[in-house]
Amino acid sequence: MARELTIRILRYNPQDAANGNNLRPRFQEYKIEETPSMTIYLALTKIRETQDAGLAFDFVCRAGICGSCAMMINGRPKLACRCLTKDLPEEIVLLPLPAFKLIKDLSVNTGVWMDEMSKRVESWIHTSAQTDIAQIEEPIEPEVADAVFELDRCIECGICVAGCGTKLINEDFVGAVGLNRVARFECDPHDDRTADDFYELVGDDNGIFGCMTLLACEDTCPKHLPLQNKIAYMRRKLATVKGS
Amino acid sequence: MNIKYCDALVVGGGLAGLRSAVAAAQKGLSTTVLSLVPVKRSHSAAAQGGMQASLGNAKMSEGDNEDVHFSDTVKGSDWGCDQEVARMFVTTAPKAIRELAAWGVPWTRIKKGNHDAVINTKLTTIFEDDNKHGLINSRDFGGTKKWRTCYTSDATGHTMLFAVANEALKLNVNIEDRKEAIALIHEEGRCYGAIVRDLITGEIIAYVAKGTLIATGGYGRLYETTTNAVICEGIGTAIALETGIAKLGNMEAVQFHPTPLFPSGILLTEGCRGDGGVLRDKDGHRFMPDYEPEKKDLASRDVVSRRMVEHIRKGKGVDSPYGKHLWLDISILGREHIEKNLRDVQEICEYFAGIDPADEGQKGWAPVHPMQHYSMGGIRVKPTGESQTLAGLFSAGEAACWDMHGFNRLGGNSVSETVVAGMIVGNFFADYCVENQIDIKTSVIEKFVFEQESYMKELIDRKGSEDVFRIKNRMKKLMQEYVGIFRDGEGLDKAVNELEELYINSKNIQIRDKQLYANPELEEAYRVPMMLKLALCVAKGALDRTESRGAHTREDYPKRDDANWLKRTLTSWVDGDTMPKVEYEELNINTMEIPPGFRGYGAKGNLIENPQSEIRQQEVDVMTEKLEAEGKDRYEIQDALMPFPLQDEYKRKNVRLGDK
Repeated sequence: MARELTIRILRYNPQDAANGNNLRPRFQEYKIEETPSMTIYLALTKIRETQDAGLAFDFVCRAGICGSCAMMINGRPKLACRCLTKDLPEEIVLLPLPAFKLIKDLSVNTGVWMDEMSKRVESWIHTSAQTDIAQIEEPIEPEVADAVFELDRCIECGICVAGCGTKLINEDFVGAVGLNRVARFECDPHDDRTADDFYELVGDDNGIFGCMTLLACEDTCPKHLPLQNKIAYMRRKLATVKGS
Repeated sequence: MNIKYCDALVVGGGLAGLRSAVAAAQKGLSTTVLSLVPVKRSHSAAAQGGMQASLGNAKMSEGDNEDVHFSDTVKGSDWGCDQEVARMFVTTAPKAIRELAAWGVPWTRIKKGNHDAVINTKLTTIFEDDNKHGLINSRDFGGTKKWRTCYTSDATGHTMLFAVANEALKLNVNIEDRKEAIALIHEEGRCYGAIVRDLITGEIIAYVAKGTLIATGGYGRLYETTTNAVICEGIGTAIALETGIAKLGNMEAVQFHPTPLFPSGILLTEGCRGDGGVLRDKDGHRFMPDYEPEKKDLASRDVVSRRMVEHIRKGKGVDSPYGKHLWLDISILGREHIEKNLRDVQEICEYFAGIDPADEGQKGWAPVHPMQHYSMGGIRVKPTGESQTLAGLFSAGEAACWDMHGFNRLGGNSVSETVVAGMIVGNFFADYCVENQIDIKTSVIEKFVFEQESYMKELIDRKGSEDVFRIKNRMKKLMQEYVGIFRDGEGLDKAVNELEELYINSKNIQIRDKQLYANPELEEAYRVPMMLKLALCVAKGALDRTESRGAHTREDYPKRDDANWLKRTLTSWVDGDTMPKVEYEELNINTMEIPPGFRGYGAKGNLIENPQSEIRQQEVDVMTEKLEAEGKDRYEIQDALMPFPLQDEYKRKNVRLGDK
């Protein structure tokens, strides 16, 4: 016998008030029959097609690769596309990801935040070297390339930001995603930046010295990035920079 | 009325769009990128296995160069491609990958010494020389003579996308996400930008620019099962079609990937088989060598997909509650290899199929079935990337029919095309924006804005009887059933007729949610009629093409017909019509560097020859022999056989380790 799932979803559109619809945030309940290997993606798509066409949520790749669909699933921030309903109780509560601007229902604006973060930590290669792209590329130690790749796997899903206690009390905290990005460029041999340069970017309480080591970022990271290790490494590195 | 101005407008924020935007920004143009989603979430991120570029670094890719890559690409396309464009592409691909390395893509590198590899299910040792240590590595992929596919584990698209997006941020490209182009502004055969809907506020905005480039990817979501992301609905292609001036090329050329996970449709990369994984049937038998003794599991995608369906039809499929499937076995590669080089694949199998593919024996086999994967068709453009018929409109990447893929794309050539086209077309596009001014009346812009504003209101207020999801799902079903891997006249005819009916009915869609802002149902309501137009272009093109070529397989016309069908389908749409207009563009054998012949895989003798092919082949042979005798090198010979246009910067010789 297939289970009947009860899915309770927070409904709210912040634009409603300005458009004369005075609807407050509220829970709406949907009943849906569980099917084999059903994910939250499949369940929500079904609800939109058959029960509530206006329900807002974000999916793109639906394969755990693009990071679009992070939301609170029974109290934990997760990628909804690869969350199987069989691993959840019959009652499922879905809330939008905190810490980001709400667009509507389960849809939040991570794009603007992540672009600002990328600009803040100057998330690109800094080099004075000119590359001639017709010539053989510069050799890189295979282990070093692998180490950069390991940190480059971040998909900017926002889960570490949503789970972060520091971000809750300090709006301007750059988050594990930002600090991981700094660590990624720090170990990339193409990047000329020194510890001094990174100190200029994140050497304060909104950056590397703000982290309270509550570990939720690493606990919840869907890519299993070694966030705490890298944050600790960068903190020690930047703590030795002049003036700190 | 809200009008925004920029020099260069790029619609679509995947790899092709972003790399084009970088080209424009490098030339000092004010550049805007519009994207449905945050650009780093674009479908480019899902490219797993790698990017083809003939670096020739690794042992198994020694001797590789542009000529070999070119030959593989032309054969892969089943002679449907534009060979000049394929030449432009293979010449630039090594430069693209070296540029990306400098931008920080952590390509997997070669380690000197001995390595284990599984080749033809046998453990083999490969030795890499000291001078290769640290250079970019490559893996094997389908339909290629050399190991040419460069990679970062199996997250290649992701690392490339982040590097190019970061480069665009560095250059201060104005990136605006959750913005959808829903129409093009054009007058007297010239494109002036796009009408854009803000997906959050619902506002209709005019983006006016000297040049507009569409890079919105493919149209895989026309099908019921596809590996494509949910945003790949082809709307960028559709707005070009709706101008009535721009034309679409080869829309019936749709690729089916052999190994998406069944039934979810999540892709398991070709790198699985490239690294030595194999397909098995319900008896655990490795069946591909029975059909394709030479290339085995690594024939081109169209061939492997057909063989799989053929094998299932013979009763060799595995039964499941969702229907029949086959197995993909990568367990033979060993846990260590999988956990390093096929990590996302392992994760996907764990999350979506509940198996660990590194587990030995049948326990680790993943259920797979061919599904829609790639759109070879798209906005028909010249080698510069500009529409042949609508001036100022450019297109690059999967959205375009440039046309380097013809009727079948090789694995690893698409993610490669995105950045290569971003460089070549992006620079032609940027030059166009530098050299051309625009002079357009606000009344013209206003007309387009008002048209879309009133259309949105009409959709909201309309009292109709049709449900948008019913129409959409029926379309997907028809495409799946009748316009899939195997096609025939009867089924295609049925599909075309019913799709036309659905298109007519789509004018009668009623929306339940009445808001103009942040309304997913409204989005469906204006997208679905556009998708139906594209579906009709695909189905009608397939119905009219009475031959089999590459991924287009007609069971009632099983042969490739070079005598009658060596031509590109062009579809356009006259406003008010319910069916596309179909025309053809001839391919000229007399200018081909490689005239049509046998691909080296797939069924033999399955070909109606064009007498011109042999004449041209003789001409090519005689010229080559003569030039070789004169001591000309391969570049000079190539230039004599088929000169092709390309920017000087990109035409330079690619330096390789093996150069003499």
